[in-house]
Amino acid sequence: MKQHLIVAATLTLLLPLAACGDEGGDGGDGGGELTVLAASSLTDVFEELAATFEDDHDAEVDFSFASSTDLAEQVADGAPGDVLATADETSMQVAEDAGVAGEVETFATNVLVIVTPPDNPAGVESLADLDGATWVRCADEVPCGRVALGLLEDNEITAAPASLEEDVRSTLDKVISGEADAGLVYATDAVAAGDDVATIQIPGAESRLTSYFLTTLEQSEDADLAQEWVDLVLSDEGLQILEEAGFGS
Amino acid sequence: MRHDPLGRPPVLLLVPAGLAVLVLLLPLLVMVASTDLPGLLDQLRSEPLREALWLSVTTSTAAMLVALVLGLPLAWVLARVRFRGRGLLRALVTVPMVLPPVVAGIALRTAFGRSGFLGEPLLEATGFAFPYTTWGVVLAHVFVAMPFVVISIEGALRSAGAQYDAAAATLGASRWTTFRRVTVPLALPGIAAGMVLGWARSLGEFGATITFNGNYPGTTQTMPTLIYVTRQSDTDAALALSLVMLLVSIIVLVALRERWLGTGTT
Amino acid sequence: MSALDLDVVVPDRVAVALTAEPGEVVAVIGPNGAGKSSLLGAISGLVPAEGHVRLDERDLLRLPARERNVGIVFQDRVLFPHLSALENVAFGPRSRGVHRGEARTVARDWLERLAIGHLAARRPRELSGGQAQRVAIARALAHQPDLLLLDEPFAGLDVSVAAGLRIELTRHLASYDGITLLVTHDAIDALTLADRVLVIDEGAVAQIGTPGDVAARPRTEHVARLVGLNVIRDADRFRCFSPGAVTVSLARPEGSARNLWRGSVLSAAPHGDAIRLLVSAGPELIADVTPAATRELGLEPGREVWLSVKETAVDTYSVATGGDR
Repeated sequence: MKQHLIVAATLTLLLPLAACGDEGGDGGDGGGELTVLAASSLTDVFEELAATFEDDHDAEVDFSFASSTDLAEQVADGAPGDVLATADETSMQVAEDAGVAGEVETFATNVLVIVTPPDNPAGVESLADLDGATWVRCADEVPCGRVALGLLEDNEITAAPASLEEDVRSTLDKVISGEADAGLVYATDAVAAGDDVATIQIPGAESRLTSYFLTTLEQSEDADLAQEWVDLVLSDEGLQILEEAGFGS
Repeated sequence: MRHDPLGRPPVLLLVPAGLAVLVLLLPLLVMVASTDLPGLLDQLRSEPLREALWLSVTTSTAAMLVALVLGLPLAWVLARVRFRGRGLLRALVTVPMVLPPVVAGIALRTAFGRSGFLGEPLLEATGFAFPYTTWGVVLAHVFVAMPFVVISIEGALRSAGAQYDAAAATLGASRWTTFRRVTVPLALPGIAAGMVLGWARSLGEFGATITFNGNYPGTTQTMPTLIYVTRQSDTDAALALSLVMLLVSIIVLVALRERWLGTGTT
Repeated sequence: MSALDLDVVVPDRVAVALTAEPGEVVAVIGPNGAGKSSLLGAISGLVPAEGHVRLDERDLLRLPARERNVGIVFQDRVLFPHLSALENVAFGPRSRGVHRGEARTVARDWLERLAIGHLAARRPRELSGGQAQRVAIARALAHQPDLLLLDEPFAGLDVSVAAGLRIELTRHLASYDGITLLVTHDAIDALTLADRVLVIDEGAVAQIGTPGDVAARPRTEHVARLVGLNVIRDADRFRCFSPGAVTVSLARPEGSARNLWRGSVLSAAPHGDAIRLLVSAGPELIADVTPAATRELGLEPGREVWLSVKETAVDTYSVATGGDR
């Protein structure tokens, strides 16, 4: 009996030592951890960049992709994170006003395009063709919706959509599933969807440009690593990946 | 506290009960406290709110009625008719209850969407499709609310005593007469409770509706959807809208509880 | 009205064969679990059964419950709680297609006959036990059934209420054309209301005969207890003697060992002018003694006593015959 007690006691004392090895993050031994908060439309691009980053810096990149509004609110409240990337100026402004933003850089632009199911059942070739089709766009309250609204006004399109989606992925989803004949989404979303949709450019869409903003955060625990991420995005490699995904410069 | 002949309620029960109240009520109370009154009044005058509120209330009521008309017979069959696979059917009928609402929306879409299994032929034949229409909203609400209605009523029917059905049979009543004059009247409290549950679930329904029907003011924009999109741009306004929805819900539920659930239960 | 020819088997519960003439009242008695309620259930259609129950041309067992036209007073009444007494009684006629107004008239008539016309608008929960029982009886009779089944109709009622109701029921049954089967625990019911008594024990018919016959020559422990007789089965004979014929002594008496038992007193209770002892002496036997004797001999629970009875006081009858049908 006494022997069992000794063994048990020894093991109990050794446990904390075993835990010690894990401090500083899982996976990387001695490497860093980076948390990037980014607008949903940057998902594919950033994840591709993360692969490069992790190799080069021996660090692990964690993402939180959400709507720019949500992310800005969170960091303004002091949520942990190293880098913030938003798809509109207003959200970045929220972060700046809260004093959590570092130096803000513009790094990409995006335009709206029309997407349809691959066979384009309603024969939509331009914004004017939306009239009479079942089409969808983002709701006015979200950034891509504001852009869409502006673009439609510019082109004097009065046709009403069948639905105002809560984000651009839902909009895309409606088109891909065949529930809508057409939708207004970002060029990058169209590229990401590949063969699932047919894409139609909108003449003059550049007049309603969406700009993307990037900054390190004050609450970052590793300011150097955060800056390195920003540098990567702004580098040639970063810009090339952005362009391949459909972003403008 | 009045003297209870059975003794004082045990602390072991009162403490968790108190915690339960705290968990349920505190978020609501704080939300009420955080809303600013002028903003609230502004919201009350806005057209999107009135449209969304009206749509929510009418679709929930319609869904509740449909769920009753379809659900009561189903509950009766499950409670009173013996057949193979009854247990399985009973379990399947409650699946929409455990599905995440968005998944429910996707399920509805694959069946009734414009390119859905039943939806596509329907669209081709009649030019009508459920998505993007108010009928689609009712359908989505029926899908998520009906299990609640069926379960409540089935429970009431099972405990309401099959002996009354038996007595009615010996007196010469057909099964339909028995259903009409004996089973349903005796199960009325359970039916009412099921309807209230169904209505409440329907009112709060969001995920399935927005996935299946989309969002358009006046047609498919219910209160939850309006709150969600408003929150993207104006959290204070969203808070005010939430409060409006909370108040409407409380008023209806309290009124219904008193009338329907207050009587008939000891 | 027609005669009844019944031969019913409820698997694992009861098997009964019986014939009865229109207007007859047959009491069905027996210990708990003997199968009495299963028998009623089989006839009413609520319990599956094999065999036949012929009333005239119709075999009830071939018909669904609602077409059998059987009136039932259930053991726990089962009055519809959400309907008034009047509506309860009118339920039978209305279910058979009678117009609501006419059904209500019939119902009111029946309630009057059972002296509760003034309670027509009351709900079952507002009625006393006796009143509710009358409603149940009226409900069973209102649709003019061919067969009336009463399951413990006086159970749970005040002794005086039951007595009053019993007298009334006698009257109603006298004017009822059909055949009545009355399940009861109570000897008095059987003796006062029935033309014949059917004794069921362990799922089979143990005895059938007029109340007088059954009471005088019981063939089951159950009936013996009911009527207050000692019955001992001796191979193929029953030996029956009354408690008054039993001599109780503390010392072993003279006499034939055949009619001698030894045991201890289980209980002693007043019974009319005498004290009735229950003695565990192999079989359980009852013996009546005078109060004086009880005091003198110290006859209280636990006392060892000898019981004896003269052979001349013993009625012997054969097991073989089941009594006259």
